[in-house]
Amino acid sequence: MTEPGYEATRSAIEAVWRIESPRLIAGLARITGDVGAAEELAQDALVIALEQWPTQGVPDGPGAWLMATAKHRAIDLVRRRARYDQKLQEIGRDLESRPELSGEPDVDAMDDSIGDDLLRLIFIACHPVLSPEARAALTLRLLCGLATAEIARAFLVPEPTVAQRIVRARRTLAERQVPFEIPARTELPGRLASVLEVIYLVFNEGYAATAGSDWMRPSLCAEAMRLGRILAGLMASEGEVHALVALMELQSSRTGARTDPAGEPVLLTDQDRGQWDRLLIRHGLRALERARQLGGVPGPYEVQAEIAACHARARSVQATDWERVAALYVVLGYLTPSPVIELNRAVAVAMAYGPDRGLAIADTLTTQPALAAYAQLPAVRGDLLAKLGRLDEAHAEFDRAAALTSNERERALFLARAAACAQA
Amino acid sequence: MRYMMLLSGTNPATPPPPELFEAIMKLGGEATEAGVLLDTAGLLPSAAGARVALDGGKVTVTDGPFTESKELISYALYEVRSKEEAVEWAARFIKLHRDHWAGWTGSTDILQVMDPAGP
Repeated sequence: MTEPGYEATRSAIEAVWRIESPRLIAGLARITGDVGAAEELAQDALVIALEQWPTQGVPDGPGAWLMATAKHRAIDLVRRRARYDQKLQEIGRDLESRPELSGEPDVDAMDDSIGDDLLRLIFIACHPVLSPEARAALTLRLLCGLATAEIARAFLVPEPTVAQRIVRARRTLAERQVPFEIPARTELPGRLASVLEVIYLVFNEGYAATAGSDWMRPSLCAEAMRLGRILAGLMASEGEVHALVALMELQSSRTGARTDPAGEPVLLTDQDRGQWDRLLIRHGLRALERARQLGGVPGPYEVQAEIAACHARARSVQATDWERVAALYVVLGYLTPSPVIELNRAVAVAMAYGPDRGLAIADTLTTQPALAAYAQLPAVRGDLLAKLGRLDEAHAEFDRAAALTSNERERALFLARAAACAQA
Repeated sequence: MRYMMLLSGTNPATPPPPELFEAIMKLGGEATEAGVLLDTAGLLPSAAGARVALDGGKVTVTDGPFTESKELISYALYEVRSKEEAVEWAARFIKLHRDHWAGWTGSTDILQVMDPAGP
């Protein structure tokens, strides 16, 4: 049907779907106790909307309409299941393994506890029984309303792979009988860490893609930030949630300055800070302040956000509080030990106290097996050696870095620096 | 995609009912919780402001109120995935005025904020 305005209505329906689907699925999951069924019911409501609205017009309260339509179907489903269970009982089968679904579903409670339901949905989608990739796919699907094809494009994997990940994830949740609930206090730290990990994974998937050839990848950052803000609203007393929002917003504030007009990456120290997004910086610093005010021992996201904040606050590279950055890397290395963090500390120490001090730290990393093929190690050493006037050694390091990187643009950059060492 | 929303309108003689404020707070809370509302604030009548203009090479400063019949009432910055989504949030906001303040007329202009890193 190509009725005038059909496409416009379709776009409007999609917009409503994007806004409402997480709350819809969350509420339905509580009625049915089954995330897969909840998603199907929500999809059914969407299909009905797509059929009816173009001809009958978009209802005045489209969100409420979708909710009411899906609720009716959910009640039908639960009643059918209850009758089915009753029948089974009559013929004497053992029903111990089936979740309790007898009686009328409490649908009116659905509107009162939407926040809790949304939180339950986040926790189940990010459950540690699922692999990080499966968690990310399920989260984007259930909480961001993304289609399987969109998720596939975002993660640069074939569509059937994502579809299979989601199917398997749903099956795992059902088989393990993962309950639709907010974790108990004792379990909470681990479960929350799993949620934060997924959100940051989604963010980094978008942030690592500097080339904007496909809009889906950069927009992953926006999805992750939105998820973070939703979680910060639902779990306002958790410092690490605010800290993760701060970290993502502060990093994202630099997006516009991270590539030059030709699409070449621009290093932090060379970026035009006038292009940084002041609104995101303000937001990020406010979220970090909230994390600080909640007190407690700072977690890894808070320390990383503090580092990002040092850069965000500085008007120039010279004005950056590098001593503070170096100290924060010590804390971060203590919380999550990693040679990559140690290399970052070497850079900060070099900025704060001189290249020789930074090089001394970087030199201790050359025997680390984890960094044996890591191009950034020779690149950092090359940079520090060049600053110290040891150009022959610097030249060799940049050549090594060029040989190790798989990124063409980065290789060109390293080779140019190697050539500059030879000329000087 | 970031959108700036500018609400302008003509207030009826009746004062704005408290239910309207309540509903606006509730919707604002929903939009914040949905992670899409980045910034918003109400604007005082233009009588409290001024206009700086350039015309024929001459810079003039005029105190408010401005002569337009409609007053700018508030602004909001949204981060959403499509123009339709911005339209949906704006429609919800306008409907609150219809439902809670009889006689009010006005409109929301939705303008996309330029994104230097965008497509």
